[in-house]
Amino acid sequence: PNIIQLCYLIATGVFIFGIKRLGSPATARSGNQLAALGMLIGLVVTLFDQQIMSFEYIIGGIVVGSAIGVFAAKKVEMTAMPEMVAIFNGFGGGASALVAWGEFVRISDPTLLGTQDLITIGLSILIGSITFTGSFIAFGKLKGFISGNPITFPGHNIFNALLTVGTLVLVGLLTVNPANQLVFWLLFGIALLLGILTVIPIGGADMPVVISLLNSYSGIAAAMAGFVINNNLLIISGALVGAAGLILTNIMCKAMNRTLTNVLFGAFGGSDSSDSGPAS
Amino acid sequence: MSGLIFNLFIFVLASFVGFELISKVPPTLHTPLMSGANAISGITIIGAVIIAGQIDQQVAQIIGFAAIVFATINVVGGFMVTDRMLEMFKKKEDNDG
Repeated sequence: PNIIQLCYLIATGVFIFGIKRLGSPATARSGNQLAALGMLIGLVVTLFDQQIMSFEYIIGGIVVGSAIGVFAAKKVEMTAMPEMVAIFNGFGGGASALVAWGEFVRISDPTLLGTQDLITIGLSILIGSITFTGSFIAFGKLKGFISGNPITFPGHNIFNALLTVGTLVLVGLLTVNPANQLVFWLLFGIALLLGILTVIPIGGADMPVVISLLNSYSGIAAAMAGFVINNNLLIISGALVGAAGLILTNIMCKAMNRTLTNVLFGAFGGSDSSDSGPAS
Repeated sequence: MSGLIFNLFIFVLASFVGFELISKVPPTLHTPLMSGANAISGITIIGAVIIAGQIDQQVAQIIGFAAIVFATINVVGGFMVTDRMLEMFKKKEDNDG
């Protein structure tokens, strides 16, 4: 187990170097390869974890996922990269939600779970699900399956705010009464809906910024999943991506002379074009 | 409870590192950087492997299997498209120079 932790430490360092190198043109490609190496180290040493007793599902899942990933990555055209990234990101967020769900199901009596486990399970499902559906809407908008224009209805903003508060209340209820299946499924369902409703009012031209923000979310979702299963590497890598993604989102907004608030809620302000507006 | 506090410590500290890692990124690198960071968020594959590898509950294993498929798509696809983008980038630089 100490060896595993040590290898996790190495993987963490490799990720940090990788992200750093990705930020500069001359070193970007090697940075990406470094990050991939870090992932490989993390994955391989995890297979020696004592909790792992059966390998059929693991091998099967990796084979199926790799086949789909390789196929998609080879087939995508260069001009369609942002939407491809959105799809991949959606799957990543979805995976974090599934990890939390799996842990919830694994403990046959959820009342045995501690408060901290339940809070992080709830948050992981919440953020992971928002990332999942939000990313697919972003994909649809870029691909033209969904209108690139902002799609809103009266009171959209307030409705989203209410849903957000509602999901947080549900996370609280889940913590208090984990045996209540209804709370669990409501949380899952509303989180999925919230992902759709958050992204759909944003115009297609702003999708790269949204994808970058969702990328940050998927990092946070991974970190929450790390809290759920008590795994350092997940927490650290997730936090790194969450924070770096947020900074990148900000940089992208600035490059467009916009603020993030303006991008996210701009469709409600009436003026939809690139008026930079007062920073709030 | 001390485990939670410890985890919070590393979460907060790692976030600070993440905030500092990226400062000035040229616009051409925005998409590759986003894509590379996105592939790293597929680290959740490790959680998925742990859920799918336990033998307490078969339903949880199946959920873990789905999580592995999702996360592997994210990881493998993510690193590959990033590499493709950066390869293009390199070629473009060479042509310009």
